[in-house]
Amino acid sequence: MTVAATPAPSPATTGGQSGVRLARSRRNAELSLLLLAMVLVAAYGATVEANLLDTVTPDFWMPAAALGAVFLGLHLVIRFLAPFADPALLPAVALLNGLGVGFLRRIDLGEAPVADRESLAVFAGIGGRQLAWTLASVILAAGLLAIMRDHRSVSRYAYTLGLAGIVLVMLPAVLPSSISEINGAKLWIRVGGFSIQPGEFAKLALLVFFAYYLVRKREVLSLASRRLLGIDFPRGRDLGPVVVVWLISLLVLVFEKDLGTSLLYFGMFVVTLYIATERVSWLLIGLVLFFGGAYLAYVLGSTVGGPFANFYLRAEIWLDPFADPTDKGYQLVQGLLALGTGGLFGAGPGGGQPEILPEVQNDFIFAGIGEEIGLFGLSALLVVYLLIVERGLRAALAVRDSFGKLLAGGLAFTLGLQVFVIVGGISKLIPLTGQTTPFLSAGGSSLMANWLLIAVLLRVSDGARRPVTGGGGKAARPAGGPPEQLHGAPTEVIKP
Amino acid sequence: MNAPLRRVGVVVIVLFGLLFANLNWIQAYKADEYRTSDYNGRVQVADYKIKRGNIEAGGTALATSKETTGKLKFLRTYPGGAKYAHVLGYKPVNLADRGIEQVENDFLAGTSDQLIGDRFKDMFTGDQTGGGNVLLTLSKRAQDVAYDQMRNNQVGAKRGAAIAIDPSTGAVQALVSMPSFDPNPLASHDTDEAAAAFNKLEQDPERPLNNRALGETLPPGSTFKIVVAAAALENGITKTTPIPAGSSYTPPTSGEPIRNAAPSICPESQVTLMEAVTQSCNTGFAQLGVRLGANAIKEKARQFGFEQEDLTVGQLGEGGLPTAASRTGSIQNTDGGDDPAALAQSSIGQRDVRMTPLEGAMIAGSVANNGRQMRPYLVRQLLAPDRTTSYYTANARELRQPVTPQVAGDLRDMMVSVVQNGTGKKAAISGYTVGGKTGTAQSAPDRPDHGWFIGFALDKNGNPVSAVCVVLEQAGSGGSAEAARIAGQIMRAAIADPGGR
Repeated sequence: MTVAATPAPSPATTGGQSGVRLARSRRNAELSLLLLAMVLVAAYGATVEANLLDTVTPDFWMPAAALGAVFLGLHLVIRFLAPFADPALLPAVALLNGLGVGFLRRIDLGEAPVADRESLAVFAGIGGRQLAWTLASVILAAGLLAIMRDHRSVSRYAYTLGLAGIVLVMLPAVLPSSISEINGAKLWIRVGGFSIQPGEFAKLALLVFFAYYLVRKREVLSLASRRLLGIDFPRGRDLGPVVVVWLISLLVLVFEKDLGTSLLYFGMFVVTLYIATERVSWLLIGLVLFFGGAYLAYVLGSTVGGPFANFYLRAEIWLDPFADPTDKGYQLVQGLLALGTGGLFGAGPGGGQPEILPEVQNDFIFAGIGEEIGLFGLSALLVVYLLIVERGLRAALAVRDSFGKLLAGGLAFTLGLQVFVIVGGISKLIPLTGQTTPFLSAGGSSLMANWLLIAVLLRVSDGARRPVTGGGGKAARPAGGPPEQLHGAPTEVIKP
Repeated sequence: MNAPLRRVGVVVIVLFGLLFANLNWIQAYKADEYRTSDYNGRVQVADYKIKRGNIEAGGTALATSKETTGKLKFLRTYPGGAKYAHVLGYKPVNLADRGIEQVENDFLAGTSDQLIGDRFKDMFTGDQTGGGNVLLTLSKRAQDVAYDQMRNNQVGAKRGAAIAIDPSTGAVQALVSMPSFDPNPLASHDTDEAAAAFNKLEQDPERPLNNRALGETLPPGSTFKIVVAAAALENGITKTTPIPAGSSYTPPTSGEPIRNAAPSICPESQVTLMEAVTQSCNTGFAQLGVRLGANAIKEKARQFGFEQEDLTVGQLGEGGLPTAASRTGSIQNTDGGDDPAALAQSSIGQRDVRMTPLEGAMIAGSVANNGRQMRPYLVRQLLAPDRTTSYYTANARELRQPVTPQVAGDLRDMMVSVVQNGTGKKAAISGYTVGGKTGTAQSAPDRPDHGWFIGFALDKNGNPVSAVCVVLEQAGSGGSAEAARIAGQIMRAAIADPGGR
């Protein structure tokens, strides 16, 4: 018990020696799972080479080893800086990230002339670039873990982050199309050879702000209400911020021509609102507002056109992609054909022809992978995503402060919603929108933002799983959080 | 806050459940449609990864795959160009495939169950052995002659067909449909070019893509008299029995008289059946038909292969090139009784009687083969990629027996008389006994007549060596004589090079 009694226990000793169940850090489990994930990534790389090169080169393991080294570094950082973090998060994300790199390398191999394939360097092509981005993102995530020793400390910058988030969201909309538009969606800032998607980072910034704002306002939002049809509806004046966010998300829809991002922001906000207030009415209002808005945009698109035309077109393609299979519906049709061709087991890594799909490295990576790993492989990937999301929600359930709950719950849900929006889009469940597939798609912005998201979840889960040490635990934490961050704390009984 | 968090967890599970259900739905209900969609270029790329097998005849590759440096590794080429187009068909990248390329696709592509051993071997050896080879029955020489003679016919016909079969086995020796087309542009890896070539052919009013030898019917004219003669021989009439003839005959209920092709043909009131066939006496056969009745003629035609809708020409089993059914029409009044006017016209191969060139050759073939009609086939052998193992060898199969050997013998004598003394003299081959029947069929009142010839050649021992049908659409005057000449040329070539059996 001496170990457990020590405030902020030294991770190495705790993980190895403590017999107290609550205090188990499970870092070794994380390491083993991580190694397993890297073995899978290496096996994937070997299969790709066997299919595409008819031989497995002696260097097939190098991308997996490079990734493994990067993730091992992060594992060590977690061991020291967040020893009680959820052990399943890192290996799950590492698996997705590794398979993404492996698939992008597979695209490079497929597009390279046959003679050059065997000599394709590890850092060549989009696969190599993704590997480099992974390195950068993981360093960034480690940096965030190092700086943010307690997730509550970020609430200090909530308003700054909120403002930054709105600016980041709106920036591409106000910039000229030549800088911000790619493939019909104005989501980008292109400077020189680089292009970043500020919306990916805005997601994080806005969520911090939402969590902070809602923790402060949750009582007034949840208590003051009028009852109608058995459901408690909020007062008109409290609807203000919701309407503002709804308007912003519709503006994003119209001016950035992107339904997915709009749905993502709005869903994120409504769900954090619901978690904060426990009022189902918010969910209903949110759903009605969003679908009403989307339907309005559809109707306006068919009659007025203008800024709504893009959305109308997307909806039409969704309703019948085979109406124009060689032009407007081409991408979605080819995605569906890829899934259909893959069948149950797929053509095998490297055995399909994902190059046919436009944007297979971005939006359509799930369909491209699906052709090669089939329904069973895709189901496994979905389960890995689900695992990450549910682990995030679990951290939210376990953490003791309201801000942490909202932050982790919101982030985890947003990640899940993003997967739903893009995978649903390419499989014709919902209209297709240009979202990246977290951790799989090529692109630095998305990868970095999502790794930062994982860093926050790791930090919250560390806070949640860290053993409670007789009231001394909180006091012993690095001080500095302003008092209102503990606003929600009394709602949870902390047993001495 | 934990209760809503848990509910959010449920919401996420529901959302993922929807994704999962949708992906399953795609695989369960849509996958086949997607996989085989015309817009799906994937499967084809896979098709082109291994070398497709050859289609060969007489030791020569008629369809072969050449290695390229492009994304599709092998280009399908047809060295014979248009000559074999209607037999081979074509294997385009994006369009639908046709012909032997289609019906033997699995074996040629190497995906056939029969070749699973080879694919399995490839997995271990790392080799790509390619697809299997299809060996056809065609006689190269007969096909050459048929193609050239049809193209350069002396009556200027633009459309027509010629088919030659070995009467004793049913093996197809030559098959030409005119006009033909070059399948090479259709197999181009430039799919736009291929589509343009296809559209041009499809919009051509002469319909070059159609296989007229197997898939189209025309009124057979006097060639149908062989069927009527067979019915007569089975109903107490011999080849020397006098039958009523004359220069004109008006059926009981119709004012439209039937005349002969020329006033010099059977103006007598009676001629023998032999004479009626030899001279192609319309009035004699019209009256003979009315005497025999519609049912006897329809039944005899059916026994010769009319009305069969499911005959295919490929292997001697399932699959093969589809054929059209030859028809006699109803030949009946609305009350169900015989319509004498229709019967008279049908007996000379007009009215609603329609026949494919294949059926014409099969009639001639069964007469030559002692009344036994063999099932026609094109695929002689399926050879493994390494050419050592044979997965299929054709074994001639009797399809039906339309007439007894005696009736066949009488019909043979009458048809030989046609070539020796009658309308089919141009089909004669020295040293061989050639029999046949010409036909001149009205197509439409204002259009030239079709010229037909069906016939056979017997060697010195009386064994049949070839049976042919040639039709020249809207050939006009001299069409049937030219058809007889071409048929003789084809049979001569088939005698010199009988093709594979």
